Amino acid sequence: MLLTGPNGAGKSTLLRILAGLGRLAGGAILWNGNDALADRAAHGALVSYVGHLDAVKPGLTARENLGPNATAGLEAMALSHLADQPARFFSAGQKRRLALARLVCREAPIWLLDEPTLGLDVASVARFGEMLAAHRAQGGMVLSATHLPLPLPGAKELRLS
Amino acid sequence: MSGFWFIVARDLRLSLRHGADTLAALLFFVIAAALFPLAVGPAPETLARLAPGIIWVCALLAALLPLDRLFGADFEDGTLDQLLLSGLPASAVALAKAISHWVTTGLPLLVVAVPVSLMLNLDTAALPVLLLGLLPGTALLSLFGTAGAALVIGARRGGVLLPLLVLPLTAPVVIFGVAAADAAGMGMDYSAPLLFLTALFIAALPLCPLAAGAALRGAVE
Repeated sequence: MLLTGPNGAGKSTLLRILAGLGRLAGGAILWNGNDALADRAAHGALVSYVGHLDAVKPGLTARENLGPNATAGLEAMALSHLADQPARFFSAGQKRRLALARLVCREAPIWLLDEPTLGLDVASVARFGEMLAAHRAQGGMVLSATHLPLPLPGAKELRLS
Repeated sequence: MSGFWFIVARDLRLSLRHGADTLAALLFFVIAAALFPLAVGPAPETLARLAPGIIWVCALLAALLPLDRLFGADFEDGTLDQLLLSGLPASAVALAKAISHWVTTGLPLLVVAVPVSLMLNLDTAALPVLLLGLLPGTALLSLFGTAGAALVIGARRGGVLLPLLVLPLTAPVVIFGVAAADAAGMGMDYSAPLLFLTALFIAALPLCPLAAGAALRGAVE
C-alpha cells in the first residue's frame, strides 16, 4: 500500500505509530484482531521499519552493520563487493542501500517504509523493486510513504490530507 | 537471546574501534587521583588514610564520562529505533547497554585502580577489599548511569544534566565501598558493607533496566 499526501500530512507519524515507536493519541492498532501494542517486543519482531535515518554505524563494516543473515541482504542490494568496507567510506546512496538491505536480513512480514528510494540511483530502485516483488510474492506486506514513483505494481493508495 | 548478545557484541566492537572513549575515562581517573598528593601534600600517612575515598570518587566520576554517548549516537543515527524493533523488550536493550558500559569502563577502571592505589600508598591489606567493593560498585554505576542516560536522551545539554541525576544515587555506594576498605585497613570485619553493596547491586539489576527501558520508549515517541 502506498501512503501519499502533502508535507506535514502525518505520513511519517503514522508509520512510526504503526511500528510501535510513536505515541497513540487515540484508537488502537490491531494485528489479526488483537491489540498489537499489548506486547511491543513481539510487535517489533513483526515489523521492519526504514525511516529517514539509515541507522548505519560508520565504525562498522557493511556486514557488521547488518548482523545476522547479512549475506542475503548484501546480495539483494548489490553491496557484496563492499561487505567488509567500513560504512564511513559509503556514499549517502550506498548507506541508504545498506538500510534497505536490512529489510531482507530481518525477514519480518510487515515492511514500513518512509521515502525508501530517496537518493537511490535508477539501477538500485530497480533492484529494490525486485526485493519488494519477492517480499509480496511470499505474502509479505508493504506500507510505504513516498513522493517518488515506487516499483509497487497494483498497490492501493491511501491519501492523507 | 541471540539478539541480546548481538547488541552487546556490536557495542563492544564499536568501542574497540573508537578506543579513545575508554582511554579518556581511564586517563581522567589516573590524572584526577594524581592531583590529590599535590593538593593535600605527599605525607604517606595522610594519603593512605584518604586513598580509598579518592579512588572511589575518582572512579565514579570517570565512569560518568562515556555515559552521555551511551544512547546519544544511537538516538541520532536511528539505531535506537532499530534496537527497539529487534524483538527484545526495551529493558533488555537497556541491560545490554549497561553490560557493554561496564565491560568498556567499569572493568578497565578496576584494573587501573591497582597502580593508582599503590601510588596513593593504600594499605596492602585494604587493596583486595577495595577492589572487591569496586566490583559491584562500578556495576551499580553502570546500571544507574544507563537509567540516567536513557532519561536525558534528546535533552539539550543532557551531558550536564546526567551527573546531577546519577551522582546523588551513588551516595550509598560510596559510603559502603569506602567503609569496607577502611575496615580492612584497620584489620576489622569488612563483610557487612560489602554485603550491603552486593544487596544494592541485586536490587538495581532488575529495577534500573526497567526504568531505562521505559525512558527509551518515551525517547523515541
